[in-house]
Amino acid sequence: MMDQHLDFEQPIYTCLEKIEELKKAVPAPENLSGQLNQLQIEAEKETAKIYKNLSPWQKVLVARHPNRPHTIDYINNVFDGFEELHGDRLGDDDKAIVGGMAFLDEYPVVVIGHEKGRETEERVARNFGMPHPSGFRKANRLMELAEKFSLPLITLIDTPGAYPGVKAEHSGQHEAIAKSLEVMSDLRTPIVNLVIGEGGSGGGFGIGLADTVAMLEYSIYSVASPEACASILWRTTENAEQAAEALKLDASNLIKLEVIDKVVNEPVGGAHRNHQETYQIVKDFFLNELLALSKISLDDLTAKRYEKFMKIGS
Amino acid sequence: MNWIKDLIPNIKRNFSQTLGDKDSKVPEGLWRSCDRCGSILYIPELKKSSYVCSKCSHHFKINVEQRIEVTFDKDSYVDLNQHEEFKDLLDFKDTKRYKDRFSEAKKKTSSDEAISIGHGKIKGKHVVSAIFEFDFLGGSMGGVVGKRFAQAIDYAVENKLPLICFSTSGGARMQESMISLFQMGKTAAAVKKLKKSKLPFISVLVDPCYGGVTASLAMLGDLIIAEPKARIGFSGKRVIQDTVKEELPKDFQTAEKQLEMGFVDKIVDRKDIRKFFEKMLIILE
Repeated sequence: MMDQHLDFEQPIYTCLEKIEELKKAVPAPENLSGQLNQLQIEAEKETAKIYKNLSPWQKVLVARHPNRPHTIDYINNVFDGFEELHGDRLGDDDKAIVGGMAFLDEYPVVVIGHEKGRETEERVARNFGMPHPSGFRKANRLMELAEKFSLPLITLIDTPGAYPGVKAEHSGQHEAIAKSLEVMSDLRTPIVNLVIGEGGSGGGFGIGLADTVAMLEYSIYSVASPEACASILWRTTENAEQAAEALKLDASNLIKLEVIDKVVNEPVGGAHRNHQETYQIVKDFFLNELLALSKISLDDLTAKRYEKFMKIGS
Repeated sequence: MNWIKDLIPNIKRNFSQTLGDKDSKVPEGLWRSCDRCGSILYIPELKKSSYVCSKCSHHFKINVEQRIEVTFDKDSYVDLNQHEEFKDLLDFKDTKRYKDRFSEAKKKTSSDEAISIGHGKIKGKHVVSAIFEFDFLGGSMGGVVGKRFAQAIDYAVENKLPLICFSTSGGARMQESMISLFQMGKTAAAVKKLKKSKLPFISVLVDPCYGGVTASLAMLGDLIIAEPKARIGFSGKRVIQDTVKEELPKDFQTAEKQLEMGFVDKIVDRKDIRKFFEKMLIILE
């Protein structure tokens, strides 16, 4: 995978470059391993320091980092035996939302998430993770299967937002999202939601009404993307950085505001730096949540879910 | 006769506020011109015709007070709004502070939030209502709007009454970011509760109606009604235009197009809506 680094990560890469230089140096300097060790520690310290103090805008950049794991990566590495299920049964299969059945350890679950795609061709096919109404309708169909067969539901959010296009409007983006929220509000099975990257607006939340609403440490969640917010309130996208501050879109702010239930910590330096560790953390998180939720009766579960959303902002 | 001179600008101001008048070329006082066809209309007559132009059927933008006046039986409406302290949990500031925008909206509209809930009678039938005020921060849905909508539903369920909601909104309120986004969940969950109680919910879409409001409570009615020519959609037209970079169809996001695509049950003229409600409430009771 191409190593794409963000501007503010430069001090980390400066250390790493020094390490590479030292390794190549002829003749090898005295005490090479000691020096390498020292630099390695320095690089780790820099990483920890930088990631401890990220600004909201820097978190936006991390949330969109090209090496950050996507829904399909989690599906393939956190779950076993994923079987993708296609189509809304109304004439379309939206590739911006993937869903199907899988095992989390030995437990069968339904998992649904936005997928942005990796390479250009795939990104276009998946519409950069921006769903059409058929995506939400497919998701709903799978949610209802989850309820019917008593399978817990796991949803992963990673989208800039629902697609703003003519076809999307004509096929009822408003109705599809509204319906999805209505279905989730009373679905009689445990629902765990994790924002893994970008939680953009109704297109994100459309699959996010859950018993546990959680965010990865460096993911973002907001009513509109910082660019859209800036364009509406400042009349120019140039103020996106300010908008990101104002929107309090990062996990640490949203947990303080009691809008989300949990923050899932990422490996030092972000999920893009250590995929395997991220998968393990996410897997443990899902297992713990499902274990806790499975102890609650379905009546209590849906009642608690209802109460939770009633409390937000009142 | 100085008092008349003093009064006239006041009267004019009052009418401009209620009817959203732009500087009309019409004689001051009791007349105003139609925003669409320009016909000169006698205001008492306009009121009698539910603020619909007698020449071209243009539905004037009306505020909560006027909506109550044209919808409910005379003197039957009781306000159910509870007083809410203004909260700015995000301490939001763009080019202006949220709290300043909020107080301006209060002054501009004589409403205290972008939604008002109440209980009244339509042709003798009791109903609970929720009415959006577009001029209050674009009818945007923040925490209090969601809360009031849910309270209207609680009241409807407790008293076994139908709910009618008139939605006109730009969507979720930017200044409350995630708190407003999650109001979509709150209102959708509340509608589900109403539906489980088998009480009717009639959603009326009023120009303009967009974003987080259509994508939650407004599109969840048992019946979804639109006023003629209302603009209805999810994404704003400008955003779509910037994305697709092509001319949008002329009837794009109109009530008529929504009807054609199957997203509204019926377009009902404001003058006929009381009769429509009466009939439906008899059937759905």
